[in-house]
Amino acid sequence: MPHYQVNKTFNEINEKIRSGKAVVVTAEEMIDIVRENGEVKAAQKVDVVTTGTFSPMCSSGAFINFGHSVPGIKAAKVWVNGVPVHAGLAAVDIYVGAAEPHKDDPLNKIYPGEFLYGGGHVIQDLVAGKSLSLKAEAYGTHCYPRQQFEKRITLSEVPFAQLCNPRNAYQNYNCAVNATDKTIYTYMGILRPRFGNANYCTSGQLSPLFNDPFYQTIGTGTRIFLGGGVGYVVCAGTQHNPDVPRTRKGIPRKPAGTLMITGNLKQMSPRWLVGVSLLGYGCSIAVGMGVPIPILNEEMAMRTAISDDDIVTQVMDYGKDYPEGTGESLLEVTYAQLKKGYIKLGDKTVPAAPLSSYPRAREIAGILKKSISEDRFLLGEPQELLPTAAASE
Amino acid sequence: MHKKMLVLHFPPQITDKPLVCKLSRDFDLCFNILKARILPGREGLMVLELSGLKKNVRLGLRFLKEQGVKIRSVDQEIHRNDDLCMQCGACTGICPTHALHIDRDTMEVLFDPHRCSGCELCVPVCPVRAMEIQFGRDRVLA
Repeated sequence: MPHYQVNKTFNEINEKIRSGKAVVVTAEEMIDIVRENGEVKAAQKVDVVTTGTFSPMCSSGAFINFGHSVPGIKAAKVWVNGVPVHAGLAAVDIYVGAAEPHKDDPLNKIYPGEFLYGGGHVIQDLVAGKSLSLKAEAYGTHCYPRQQFEKRITLSEVPFAQLCNPRNAYQNYNCAVNATDKTIYTYMGILRPRFGNANYCTSGQLSPLFNDPFYQTIGTGTRIFLGGGVGYVVCAGTQHNPDVPRTRKGIPRKPAGTLMITGNLKQMSPRWLVGVSLLGYGCSIAVGMGVPIPILNEEMAMRTAISDDDIVTQVMDYGKDYPEGTGESLLEVTYAQLKKGYIKLGDKTVPAAPLSSYPRAREIAGILKKSISEDRFLLGEPQELLPTAAASE
Repeated sequence: MHKKMLVLHFPPQITDKPLVCKLSRDFDLCFNILKARILPGREGLMVLELSGLKKNVRLGLRFLKEQGVKIRSVDQEIHRNDDLCMQCGACTGICPTHALHIDRDTMEVLFDPHRCSGCELCVPVCPVRAMEIQFGRDRVLA
């Protein structure tokens, strides 16, 4: 166990939040605070650092119970606004997957497909308060005799609606380029041939898991900003992989940790849950989320002071190396470089563009800061931390 | 040298007339056609950059108008729907004229319609389809 000069508990910080005395800053502000004061003084001064990210996040969706009809139905196949949803749960429970396209979508038969409406758009329409059509089919049982059912649903009228995203907030992600001679359409956007552009997708120094790279404060029960409301970390997300190469400061050099997160959909907003269409790839949802990180000691002050100069990722060829799974990286770049708007690949200058909204990530960190300082948003102490990797130092 | 980026709408009755070449022959103007969709018997559309002496540009455009061509500048026909735009920046790596660009201090995504050439690349690149172009193609699923 490391010995710290500053030792704070979740309870002590929550006590300060309750009495309105907690010092809360954003992950951007923390960089200069630690630079000017040092880690120990910063840890004495600051109680909570807020983070944020707003980006397309596949592996998102919502559980909805649409209410029993009379006579009842054990829905086997269900569509909401024409989008197939998962019905193999119970009688009237469904899961709307964000990446599910509309049943009549031509997909990539009209190439490249536009994917203009899917599960992500259904979720956005629900939180926008719209009325959506629901159609269900069933084989009929003695207890649930009905075989067909149609109704209009709104978020306020359904008995239960919970956003539950199995994998969000990826800790780092590849920067994608295309080395082939043809334009390709990927979940990392349109990639033009011969390194025509480079796309990246995290909020860098504001990103939640970059600010707690070994998950020392984040786990089951962490209270977060989610979709404009309050949410919680359930557990590690799917594909959570802490065991990747890391920098001296502990930052994973490639995709690593992920979070499964949840929250009551009824308190969320269409500004922070936005259906997206990725040309030639599919549909998804952009999710706004932010995690408050308690400054329990000077190590957490040091961790949250990470800046874009310290964060690196790998430039991968999505034309060949990525689909073939070779894992080969063309180049390691810093987020500071990516944010300048270009990278150098050999003697070629390649324009670099984000798919993740930095202004909106900053807005989330600001909202969370305000919620904690003014609205008594308390920290959730994790009941179990995420699986982690040993620090190399 | 005066330069204008224009969208020309040709009514169906005149799409068979050679008009644009006259800008060069009679008005000493230089034109660069960026996009053209001219079919017999249907309304035609052309996006072109016109350059020359200011006076000649004015006279050339007056000539086109007299022939029945409707003239609009590109920035009148292209619009970013700021209610939809989620400020991600996906468009900025693909926009050839940097009309869509990022303010590096704030990382805000900005749109300068005066620099737009009307290429429409940004329309399908945008994950929320925030770029609205009046002469653009129809959507597959509305």
